[in-house]
Amino acid sequence: MVIFFVLAVMLVGLSLLVVFVRNVVHAAVALVAALMIIAIFFLTLQAPMVGVLQIMVYAGAIMVLFLFVIMFLNPMTPERPRRAWWGLGVLSASLLAIMLLFMVSKGQLGAGPLAGTEWFGSPETLAKSLFTEFVLPFEIASIVLLVAIVGAVVLAKRER
Amino acid sequence: MVASAPNPVAFDLLRWIVLIPLLASAFNLFFGQGLGKKNAGVLASAAVGASFALAFYVFWQLSAAGIFRDEVYTWMHSGSFQVNFSLQVDSLTAVMLLIITGIGFLIHVYSLGYMEHDEDMVRFFVYLNLFVFFMLLLVMADNLLLLFVGWEGVGLCSYLLIGFWYHDPNNCIAGNKAFIVNRIGDFGFVLGILLLLTELGRQGFWSLEFVELQKHASMLSPAIIGLVTLLLFIGAAGKSAQIPLFVWLPDAMAGPTPVSALIHAATMVTAGIYMTARLHFLFALAPQTLALIAAIGTATAFFAATIALTQNDIKKVLAYSTVSQLGYMFLAVGLGAFSAAIFHVFTHAFFKACLFLGSGSVIHAMGGEQDMRRMGGLKAHMPTTYWTYVIATLAIAGAPFTAGFFSKDLILWQAFSHGATVLWSIGLITAGLTPFYMFRQLFMVFHGECRADAHAGAHLHESPATMTLPLVILAMGSIFTGWLGAPEYLWGSRWDLWLEPLFGAAEAHHGSVQTEITVTLITLGVVAVGILIAFVKYGRASAKIDESAPPGGFFYRLSLNKYYVDEIYDAVMVRPFTVCSTFFASIFDPWVIDGAVDGVAATARGFSWIWRGLQTGNVQHYLAGLLIGTLALLAYYLGQL
Amino acid sequence: MVPLNYYLILSAIVFAIGVVGVLIRRNLIVVLMSIELMLNAVNLTFIAFSRFLGSMEGQVVVFFVMAVAAAEAVIGLAIIISVFRHRETLDPQEMQLLKW
Repeated sequence: MVIFFVLAVMLVGLSLLVVFVRNVVHAAVALVAALMIIAIFFLTLQAPMVGVLQIMVYAGAIMVLFLFVIMFLNPMTPERPRRAWWGLGVLSASLLAIMLLFMVSKGQLGAGPLAGTEWFGSPETLAKSLFTEFVLPFEIASIVLLVAIVGAVVLAKRER
Repeated sequence: MVASAPNPVAFDLLRWIVLIPLLASAFNLFFGQGLGKKNAGVLASAAVGASFALAFYVFWQLSAAGIFRDEVYTWMHSGSFQVNFSLQVDSLTAVMLLIITGIGFLIHVYSLGYMEHDEDMVRFFVYLNLFVFFMLLLVMADNLLLLFVGWEGVGLCSYLLIGFWYHDPNNCIAGNKAFIVNRIGDFGFVLGILLLLTELGRQGFWSLEFVELQKHASMLSPAIIGLVTLLLFIGAAGKSAQIPLFVWLPDAMAGPTPVSALIHAATMVTAGIYMTARLHFLFALAPQTLALIAAIGTATAFFAATIALTQNDIKKVLAYSTVSQLGYMFLAVGLGAFSAAIFHVFTHAFFKACLFLGSGSVIHAMGGEQDMRRMGGLKAHMPTTYWTYVIATLAIAGAPFTAGFFSKDLILWQAFSHGATVLWSIGLITAGLTPFYMFRQLFMVFHGECRADAHAGAHLHESPATMTLPLVILAMGSIFTGWLGAPEYLWGSRWDLWLEPLFGAAEAHHGSVQTEITVTLITLGVVAVGILIAFVKYGRASAKIDESAPPGGFFYRLSLNKYYVDEIYDAVMVRPFTVCSTFFASIFDPWVIDGAVDGVAATARGFSWIWRGLQTGNVQHYLAGLLIGTLALLAYYLGQL
Repeated sequence: MVPLNYYLILSAIVFAIGVVGVLIRRNLIVVLMSIELMLNAVNLTFIAFSRFLGSMEGQVVVFFVMAVAAAEAVIGLAIIISVFRHRETLDPQEMQLLKW
């Protein structure tokens, strides 16, 4: 329980950092840290496979890609947003409030039983679902990735 | 007691009577120029002649009690309402057929001579044949709607022929006037037809055929019948030039004289009387309308006669005379004496056509001059025209044993014997005015010294045979046709016998034979007085007709200017209407209607101006909009919980 | 044990913060990073529900979300590079050509 709150606070703080720091590189690093914490959450929620994947794919590959691009483009510091835009912040805050209210008003799902055995969340179980029920989305996802690769190469090519 | 309608006999020949003139008209329309003026005219005349031959044959085959029928095709069919293009000939229609085709034929022949020098002769005959077609359709229709088609068609042809010499805008204006005033009458007519149809339909009989109407007319309430007959009479008043819709007829004299003879004397203007005779069973059920018709007819007869007294244009005198005689016919209708009315139609067709054609002959000889003050002494130059004119004038005046004598006296006797003393006395006075103005015309034109100027006087000649032959035939008719309807004390009326199946047996005399003879003698006396006064003023050698003399007293000027009726109509009706139209055209239309339409466009433009501010091009703005929308949806769903 | 609601609330907060970042920041890369943050918040929700309902489907969905997020980040960055080459700027407010 305590771990949860500590991690939760850290997560919120890091996400605020991501959004509000001026330096892009600092924001990227904060995001990496946030992703790590989320991976820890996954692990505590009995999703070891997904948690490891989070670290490997998300925090590892994607964020590294982000940093590559940041360095590549070497951008300048962002300008101050106009004062009026803070109104949008209020709006999103109200979004938050609505969702919170919604959730709090609903019935509580208790802690719930420990779902299944240690097989729950393991690679085998995940793989079993993936290759039986969800084999079609799986194949499509691979095509999506292929398209993304090709597209990225085409888009980022330097024109002759 | 009206005899019940017998079973009609199918007779396919009927359609040809109607179609031959139509085909000739169409042929001349397309190929007339190629045929040449003379041949086109001969073709047109032959067509009407053929129709006359057919009509005569049909008449010969028709017994007094028979009806011939020819259903050509179904025109409209909607539920239980059906209207057919279907022709019928009974004894009334047969009479009208003979008049239209017979006198029509004579006038066609006359036109061959009269219009000889006119460039547009082909077009003239196209229109004239078309007119004959529509008029025949009118009298041969077996239902009210088809009659109305013919009614409208003759109105159209009248317009076309009045404005025949369209290069002069005055002729076009006259044509417009005729058509528009007719239209006003037609408005009443249409309302009458619709009312009749809906009321009968309410009882379950959706038909406008005359035989059907006759069977079911008595089912309608008196109020409805009164209203329907009133509306139908408004139509008749427009077509037959009664008060207040007579103003177009004098102006219609702008058309060529054969047109005036055929359309505005013998046939089209009698359509109103024919219609009331055809629907006599309906009018017989509406005594108030009949009383109104009689009153208006008498008033018109008198009124028009007073105007004719002072007119100087040869055709205008005849025009007002026509209006006056039509008034007599309506007087007869109003008294319920339909047979007498049609009899006067018959005799009037002969002598009026003869008079008009005679005046045409005079105009032709005078090289286009129509003012009687510049005529005179034509007797020596145009003997045939003169003598036929004399005969026709005697007929219209009502000289003994002429056609007009029998028909007009019959009407006056009907008035007297029905007890309509006021109407009778007015009719009597008019019967004295008529010979006065007619003989005034005769003396002014043919007697005395010739007042024509040198140019016109140089080529005064008698008209060619194509023109004089019809005159002679019509003059003969002006005498002998009247003999068909002689009163009982002479040799009886074949006319009444012929029309008996339609109108019922001649009513038993309301008075004795002596009274009838006395009334006739009174009429003759008045006629003689009229002739005498005319002779004194205009006929004697010492009579002076000075064109430059200043117009006489108040009544003279009133009559000469036709009581300023046209001016009154103009001020009371035409002006306000024009003001209204101008208002709508220049103020209402641009400001209100265009303003509304443009306003809608401007509003749309304004709104789009406002909304396009949302398209900033900034993605983050768009995302913010997305967020707001999502929030709204969430709020809605939360509200549902 | 930690009740489910806590996870959901946490996830909602992180999501909202991500939204703020997308709307406010004037650097395209940071905007893209905020989007990633939002996706991760949603992943957290999925895993939480998967745990508390005892169904593997939640985790399978997260798997796919990650794959797609990877593809999307790749394409997004490629576009950013391409745009930067033309405009020399990464400010979304500078890219307003598609307006009235």
